[in-house]
Amino acid sequence: MKADAKLRALRAMKAAERYRELGLLVFIVVLCAVIQVRNPGFLTIENIADLLANTAILGILSVGMMMVILTGGIDLSIGATIALSGMVSALTVTALPGIPPIVSILEGMLVGLAVGSLIGILVARFDVLPIIATLGIMNVVRGVTYLVSKGAWVSSYQMSEGFRSISSGKILGVNNLVALAIVVYAAFGYFLNQTRMGRRVYAVGSNPEAADVSGIPRRNIVAFVYAVMGALSGLAGVLWVSKFASAQGDTAGGYEMNVIAAAVLGGVSIAGGSGKVSGLFLGTILLGILNNALPLVNVSPFWQQAIQGLIILAAILTNVLVKRSGQHQALRKRAI
Amino acid sequence: MSERRIEIDRPWSWRRFFLRWEWLLVLIFLGVNVVNSSLSEYYLNLDTFLGTPMSFLDKAFLVLPMTFVIILGNIDISVASNVALSAVVMATSYNLGLPMPAAIILCLLVSTACGVVNGLLMTRFKELSAVIVTLSTMIIYRGIAYMILENRAAGKFPEWFSFFGWGSVGPVPFILIVFAVCAVFFSVLLHKTAFGRKVFGMGNNLMASRYSGVRTDSIILAVSALTGLMAGFTAVFLSSRMGSTRPNVAVGYELEVIAMVVLGGVSTSGGKGSLAGPILAIFSVGFLNYGLGLVNVQAQILLIIIGLLLILSVLVLKVRFRGRHSHSAVQPDDVSIRRR
Repeated sequence: MKADAKLRALRAMKAAERYRELGLLVFIVVLCAVIQVRNPGFLTIENIADLLANTAILGILSVGMMMVILTGGIDLSIGATIALSGMVSALTVTALPGIPPIVSILEGMLVGLAVGSLIGILVARFDVLPIIATLGIMNVVRGVTYLVSKGAWVSSYQMSEGFRSISSGKILGVNNLVALAIVVYAAFGYFLNQTRMGRRVYAVGSNPEAADVSGIPRRNIVAFVYAVMGALSGLAGVLWVSKFASAQGDTAGGYEMNVIAAAVLGGVSIAGGSGKVSGLFLGTILLGILNNALPLVNVSPFWQQAIQGLIILAAILTNVLVKRSGQHQALRKRAI
Repeated sequence: MSERRIEIDRPWSWRRFFLRWEWLLVLIFLGVNVVNSSLSEYYLNLDTFLGTPMSFLDKAFLVLPMTFVIILGNIDISVASNVALSAVVMATSYNLGLPMPAAIILCLLVSTACGVVNGLLMTRFKELSAVIVTLSTMIIYRGIAYMILENRAAGKFPEWFSFFGWGSVGPVPFILIVFAVCAVFFSVLLHKTAFGRKVFGMGNNLMASRYSGVRTDSIILAVSALTGLMAGFTAVFLSSRMGSTRPNVAVGYELEVIAMVVLGGVSTSGGKGSLAGPILAIFSVGFLNYGLGLVNVQAQILLIIIGLLLILSVLVLKVRFRGRHSHSAVQPDDVSIRRR
C-alpha cells in the first residue's frame, strides 16, 4: 500500500516534468505562429537554416554547460576560453595559411581543454567553489588573450580560405556548424543516457555524499566535466572566429550568460542532478528564436534583451510553480 | 567519543590577531605603495594618496552590501545592471525636465526597488538559487536600460552635479568621505548589531536560524534593499564622474565586486568573514592598478593578477582553515555541502 503511494507520487512528479517540456514546446509553437503571422518570411527553409546556423554554437556550448550544471557547478569562463582559443587558432592560421582546417579545430580544442582541465583541477582537487574558480580563470584567460594578440585584431583577409570554410561549408547539404551541433547533441545524448560514466554525472550532481559512499570517483568526474566544457568552448572558439571572420580580445564577452540561460530555460536544475538533453535542445532553440526572430517582426533590437530576460524569468518561475503543484498533488494522493 | 567544543568567545591572543587574513592584505597594500613610490618620485605625497581613490571608489560602494550577500551564502550578479538602469533613469528623467535633486532621489528609489524585486523573488521562490534569480534580473534590468535609452547617451548634468565625482572638501575627495561614512555604517551593522549576528547565523545555517526565530525572509529582503540602494550610490557617483551615462555603463562590475569580497577573505560558502578584508582589498587592488599605470603596464596584466590573486586567496584560506580545524566535522568550504 505504502509502496503503491510512493510509486504514484513518483509518477506525478514524472508527469509534471513531462508537462514542463511539453509546455516549452507549446510555447515555441505559439511563438513561431505569432511571428509567422506578423512576418510570412519567418518559416521558410532559408530562414530556418539561417536560424539554425546562428544557434549552432550556442547549442554546442549548452551541452557542455548542462554537464557542468548537472554536477552542481557553473562555468563563467567560457566566453574568455572562446576568445583565447579563437585567437590562438586565428593567429596560427595567419602565420601558416597552409594548415588544414581540421588542425585549426584540434588546436582550438586543445587550448580549451587545457583551460578546462585547469578549472577541473581547481574545483575537483582543491575544492574551490566553481563560481570563484571560473571567475578567476576567466580574468586570467581574458588577460592572456590580450597578451597573445598584443591587443590587435585578426581580420578576415588574414585568414585562409580553408579556415573560413569551416563555418560556411556544407556536409550533405547541411551547414557545417549545424552538422557539428547535431553530432555533439547525439554524442552527448548517448553519453549521458546510455553510458555508465554519463549516469555517474547525474549521480554526482544529485547527491555528492551518496556518490562518494557508493564508490563513484566523484572528483574525477567533476574534473572530467570541466575539461569537456573547456574542449567544447575551444571548438566553439574556432567556429566563432571562422563564422564572424574576426578574432578580438573581447570576443564573446558575457556569452556565458546566454549559455547558462539556454540551459536553465531547457529545465536543467541549477542545484544539479536533473536535466535532460531533449529539454536542453528545446531551451536552446527557444533562445535561438528569440535572438534571431525578434528583428523580423520589427521589435526594436534594443527591446530584445529585456524581452529575453522576462521570458527566462517567466520560464523558471513557471518551472517552480509546476513542480510545486506536482508535489502538492503527490502529497494529496499519499494522504488517503 | 572525542570532545568537541564550540568556542563562542575565543580568548584574545597575539598569535591569532596577527594570523588574520587582513594582515596579509595590509602587507600587500604597503608593498604596493612601497613599489609605487620607488617607481615615481612624485608618488609619495598626500595629494596622490587622497586623489587616487577617486578613480576606483565608485564601485567600492557595491562591495559593502555584497559582503553581506556573500556572508549570507548568496550571490548577486545583477548589481551592475542595476547601476546602469538607475543611472539611465536618473539622466533621462533629468533631461525630461525633472529637477536634478529629484532625479537623484528617483535614481536611489529605482535602484532600491530593483534590489527589493531580487529579494522578493528569492524569498517567494526559495527553490531558485540566488545565481539564477539575479542572472535573469541582470538581463532584465540592463534590457530596460536599453529600452529607455537605446544606444544614445544622456547627460548634460548641471554644473554642481560634478561635485559628487570630482569635488573635494579641503584635501579630501567628497567620494572618499561618503565612502568612509558608508563603510562605518556597514561595519557597525555587520559587526556590532543583532542584525549582523543574524546575517552570520543565516550564512552558517539557514534552517537553524529560521527555527530559532530569526525572520530570515525580512533579513534577506533588507540586505537586497541595501544592495539596491548602494547600486544607486554607485550610479550617482559614476554618472557624475563621467558626465553622462549610457545603457552599457558598469559592464562587468559585478564580477570585480565579487572578486574584491572574496579577496577580502569572505568565505563564498557563507557565514565567515569581516568587512575590513574587502575594504582593504579595494584599496590594495586600486593602488596596484594605479602603480601599474605608472610603469605603463597594460590593463590586461591587471586582469591576470586579479584572477590569480582571487584563486590564490581561496586556496590559502582553505589551507589555513584545514590546518586549524582539521577535527571539525563540518567543513563549510567543502563543495560537497551545497545549498539547495
